[in-house]
Amino acid sequence: MQMSGAQMVCEAIIAEGVKTVFGYPGGAIMHVYDEIYKQEGFEHILNRHEQAAVHAADGYARATGEVGVAMVTSGPGFTNAVTGLATAYMDSIPMVVISGQVPLSLIGTDGFQEIDAVGISRPCTKHNFLVRSLEELPRLLKEAFYIARSGRPGPVLIDIPKDITVDIGEFVYPDSVNIPTYKPTYKGNKKQIEKAVEAMKKAKKPLLYIGGGSVLSNASDLVRELAEKTQIPTVETLMARGVMGAKNPLLLGMLGMHGNYASNMAMSETDLVISLGARFDDRVTGKLSEFAKYADIIHVDIDAANIGKLVDVDYPIVGDVTEVLEAMLPLLDGIDTDRFQAWREILKRYDELHPQSYVDSDDVIKPQWAIERIGELVGENAIITSDVGQHQMWAAQHYPFDRPRQWINSGGLGTMGFGFPAALGAKKAFPDKTVINVTGDGSILMNMQELVTAAEYKIPVINLILNNHFLGMVRQWQTFFYEKRYSETDLTFQPNWKALAEACGGIGYDVTTKEEFDAAIKDAIAQDKVCFMNVAVNRFENVLPMVPAGGALFNMMLPQKGEK
Amino acid sequence: MENAMNERRVISVIVLNESSVLARVTSLFAARGYNIASLTVAPIPDSEMSHITIETNGSAKVMEQITKQLHKLIPVYKVIEHEEMVEKEMVLVKFPITEHLSDIGALCAAYNGGIANVGKEMIIAMVADEPVRIQHFIEAAQRYNPYEIVRGGVVAIER
Repeated sequence: MQMSGAQMVCEAIIAEGVKTVFGYPGGAIMHVYDEIYKQEGFEHILNRHEQAAVHAADGYARATGEVGVAMVTSGPGFTNAVTGLATAYMDSIPMVVISGQVPLSLIGTDGFQEIDAVGISRPCTKHNFLVRSLEELPRLLKEAFYIARSGRPGPVLIDIPKDITVDIGEFVYPDSVNIPTYKPTYKGNKKQIEKAVEAMKKAKKPLLYIGGGSVLSNASDLVRELAEKTQIPTVETLMARGVMGAKNPLLLGMLGMHGNYASNMAMSETDLVISLGARFDDRVTGKLSEFAKYADIIHVDIDAANIGKLVDVDYPIVGDVTEVLEAMLPLLDGIDTDRFQAWREILKRYDELHPQSYVDSDDVIKPQWAIERIGELVGENAIITSDVGQHQMWAAQHYPFDRPRQWINSGGLGTMGFGFPAALGAKKAFPDKTVINVTGDGSILMNMQELVTAAEYKIPVINLILNNHFLGMVRQWQTFFYEKRYSETDLTFQPNWKALAEACGGIGYDVTTKEEFDAAIKDAIAQDKVCFMNVAVNRFENVLPMVPAGGALFNMMLPQKGEK
Repeated sequence: MENAMNERRVISVIVLNESSVLARVTSLFAARGYNIASLTVAPIPDSEMSHITIETNGSAKVMEQITKQLHKLIPVYKVIEHEEMVEKEMVLVKFPITEHLSDIGALCAAYNGGIANVGKEMIIAMVADEPVRIQHFIEAAQRYNPYEIVRGGVVAIER
């Protein structure tokens, strides 16, 4: 069938089953937008900034497990999208970003709004293409989606010169992809899996270390089955919150810099780490030479380059977590679960000694209380996104996550401004769920223009601003490591949040008491409009426990008992 | 840890001939802080692939990461870390015409090369040999006051 390059782009999006595209038009991509105007196969959301469009596509992808799609123009449109690409790349999120480029004849001439998009995005995409002819466009579109979602997922950029979107040619969308150089490994090596299982049967103090790869692989049910069957205690990374379910007695909690005492001590004392889709990030390991120093390590990862990158691995298994667990579980029949009883008792005792706790107050709202309270009020039916900072860690520590993909945050890159647009993407994917962006007074300002987007398209996400009038996490480090020199972290001057939300078509709440908090949440859900819920919280609250950067996991700063 | 932190290594990377594939490979080295000592690249005859030879250095652990990261690049077909190989490198050297042509000719012959060109003001010699011998040749050539030395980078093939 004959059609323009622009039509081909739309047809490919429809063929890939994408229901919502986020984007922002401009000169180089106008032909594609002209086709978007005419087509009815998918919805387009006009974000108010390209970065937000990419984060929204990212939120959509994280919530659904499908490929998120964002569209931007050349030059500044593309450069604004780079933070979004980098965010998705660090967390292995399947995404296709389509950017307009100046016409082929102008490439390399410093033409108006020309930028080397492929060059700039090379280190922050799984792969990228500059389309050179109309003939290759259908194949490259197909490959972009395939590469984004297969193997270790990631964002793919496809940069299309304007003249190619105008040209007319034959459109045949390929059924399959054949890239001879790209064959991801899904099945783990059988012998290695057998050896790993033998190690698990012989261990005395094994520990399951669950990472974001378990979420990406949709392996949650199998991970829970593995834990149940073996009765091995389990820790989750920031990216894996929800995989085990908050109520699971085998879950110790999150580990790492802001992990709880029992989790970090478990990692420090274990004799066998079973890592499932975790990449040994420095925020998890702390001081490498002290990390799991008594343990053999089983490392399951679809990306061979992750294995042995930071720690020496005894049982490397390259493969998809789901496929590896399917092969592993039958081999564990009859494992002696009593064997780990003493180990579980020790860890239980650790948890009793230093539980994940805080001291509540009647005078001021504690941020931890606010997180727990929304857990009680909306719990299982909510999707929680977050920005980056103290609020992110409190949410990760205190929210009762019951399922994977319920918790959406920027773990690898740590992108302030991610939460709100990601919430829009998640809400578009799951309109029936309550979507709450847990944010801070610093973070929310970074993409607050999305209030307008949310109001226009009636995407009712709740922005819970835990407002301490600080760049809280930086302030916390200044408190501990810079003798309380609060250099440029004091955010005493603030906008009128309620008025700001209302000015942009949303609603606002100023909350200073627990009663007001409950009332505001309930009203926000009932009103079904985008909102800013500005909650005044204790200014100097710190995120604890904390492992100072580069310290050993077992050297945690713990909350003082009774400290207010 | 083995005592080979900066051991010299040669890697062959077989890649699809698509645009900016060389940039992908080199920017991977730059972004991850790996060093490239020399690099050669040319299409493989009768195929859609090119052969890149990279001379680098690092510990076994660094080499493992380099190899794995290269493998992750979509257009990379194969990464060969050479165990047994034949390595050659070419060098062109420009000498003043005032130097003894026969001496330079003899020196080049000793290193598998010869005089490539003689002009009014210069003599150009060409030598292709193992990289370590190229180094020796360059050292020996110093006594003939070379104007300019251009090394070609290592090419390697598995035995």
